Amino acid sequence: MLRMHSVTKSYNHRGKRVLALDDVTMDIPAGDFVSIVGPSGSGKSTFLLMLGGMLSPAEGKVVVDGQSVYDLSSDKRAALRKKKIGFVFQTFNLIPYLTALENVQIPFLLAGVDGDEQRTNAASLLERLGLGDRLDHKPSELSVGQQQRVALARMLANDPAIVLADEPTGNLDPDTGRAILAFFEEIHREGRTVVMVTHDHTAAARAKRVLRLLDGKIVNGGE
Amino acid sequence: MKLRTMVWREIFERKNQLGTSFLAILLGISVIVSIKNITHYSEKAVARELDALGANILILPKSASLQDYYSADLQQEVFPEEYVERLTNSDLQGLDNLSPKLSMPFTIDGKQFTLTGILPKNEFQAKLAWQSAGIFARPEGCGTVVAIPGQDAEPAKETLSRKRVIETIGEAEMLVGADMAVSLRISEGDSVSVGGASFAVTAVLPQTGTVDDSRAFAHLHTVQRLAGKDSVLNAIEVVGCCNAISDGLVQKINKLLPEARVVTISQIVDTQIKTNRMMSRLSMLFLVIIVLVGGASIANYMYANVFERRREIGTLMALGAGSAVVLRLFLLKALLLGCVGGLAGFIIGTVTAVILGPRIAGVPVFPMPILLVWAFGISVAILLIASYFPARRAARLDPVSALQEV
Repeated sequence: MLRMHSVTKSYNHRGKRVLALDDVTMDIPAGDFVSIVGPSGSGKSTFLLMLGGMLSPAEGKVVVDGQSVYDLSSDKRAALRKKKIGFVFQTFNLIPYLTALENVQIPFLLAGVDGDEQRTNAASLLERLGLGDRLDHKPSELSVGQQQRVALARMLANDPAIVLADEPTGNLDPDTGRAILAFFEEIHREGRTVVMVTHDHTAAARAKRVLRLLDGKIVNGGE
Repeated sequence: MKLRTMVWREIFERKNQLGTSFLAILLGISVIVSIKNITHYSEKAVARELDALGANILILPKSASLQDYYSADLQQEVFPEEYVERLTNSDLQGLDNLSPKLSMPFTIDGKQFTLTGILPKNEFQAKLAWQSAGIFARPEGCGTVVAIPGQDAEPAKETLSRKRVIETIGEAEMLVGADMAVSLRISEGDSVSVGGASFAVTAVLPQTGTVDDSRAFAHLHTVQRLAGKDSVLNAIEVVGCCNAISDGLVQKINKLLPEARVVTISQIVDTQIKTNRMMSRLSMLFLVIIVLVGGASIANYMYANVFERRREIGTLMALGAGSAVVLRLFLLKALLLGCVGGLAGFIIGTVTAVILGPRIAGVPVFPMPILLVWAFGISVAILLIASYFPARRAARLDPVSALQEV
């Protein structure tokens, strides 16, 4: 269960105060698949990072499975992410000097899994994403779609209950985008909570619920 | 995969940026290792030289300069040969072998050498006055190098090269230094002509590693004649008894020969000791420079590296890496670079010392494993200290600003 309670966040941009989130209160039950839509600068990414324990609110609380995230130290928030949360970024954020296999091994490394098990599990995840023949390729040697699939495999490595995706299809061609969305539906069916930020209404429609953010407020929501 | 795999991969991915900073550390460590290595063997050589020569005393003209024991007599200044008589007729205790010398340059086949005239011991003994009242009549055995008349003498060449005295030498005989013999292709039994005088080579001296290797030794009086000088000397070498020296033998000789300059070998090798000390200080200076310049360069590189990798750091944090993991990632990099810098610096420094040592310090230099520990220590310490603050900055990065996603 993800909960935001009276969350406010603002930034100073060239001397002006920009309100990213304005007294947002909402619940995302476990196993939900939610799309967050809204124009650029509406606070979508801020919303997502805040849910993931990466950005503290100025006011209000963010609660993950009953735990107030920002009452934890930054290291404990990192531990929470390692245990429960998987991030997917628009720009994939793969480590450029590591191979596909090694990129997927990172969450296993952080979890203290030994080398052989790391390799076996990471290879199995990449095979699930159709990259069994690209294990030793570096990100620069992969297509954009393949890079996003490596990022998805890495996201799944810690078997997260919550998946937070920021514009996961933003950099992809339509076919690859559709395949990635199908993958999100698949992991949702596995029982994971998926929160996806997107500006693409077609992509957003694949979710169970669509929340619209405008000027830092949720202006509508529903099935 | 381990954290160090990530570190290695990153180092090789961005090796060019690392190059300059790492080179500063590497060269610094190499220079320090090299200087320390050469200095160590130079000091050992001085100690060995002192040990081999015992507590020798050198009597020189007042105006002579002191630079190197072996070449102290190769100067223009002279004093009367009569000083030898004064010494042998004195009642000074602790004087053992005396070796009066006069040197002159000469050229053969366009190559310059030195001809040194020496007075053999048998001529001291021939002088009854010296025999009865001089040094050979006194009790011996103070522990220095001594050849008592009547005892079996060592072969001439070993005696000359080690004790710097010789039992006998004829007026037309010559002993040739090792380098000179090789240079002129001279061997025992050959004949050599110097200044119109012909000499029979009675021995080729063993290699000593000193200027003596480029000398020829002949009878003192022959050399005096060839040099066109009457009974004069450049130097008198004396094997003095250690105890006697500490009892003020040098001062007593000074009193006896007020016009001469009396110095002990330790005073002469003092120049070499001073050079060694200077080398040690130089290595300390290099150490300070490396700590400051190399450390600043590494710190600068690390700060730039943290800035460049902030997205990567943010990603790792999003994946659940705590500040300790990020700190370890950068400090491990520093540690690995420190180890590589230490090892490579040791190898380069040692090879340089082994190659250049004999040319710079005139001593053979061998690898010193202890310097590996030293090089590791310095290199790792500099890298870790210089990287600590950049690493801490990385560990404290705000993951969101690192990701630049907002």
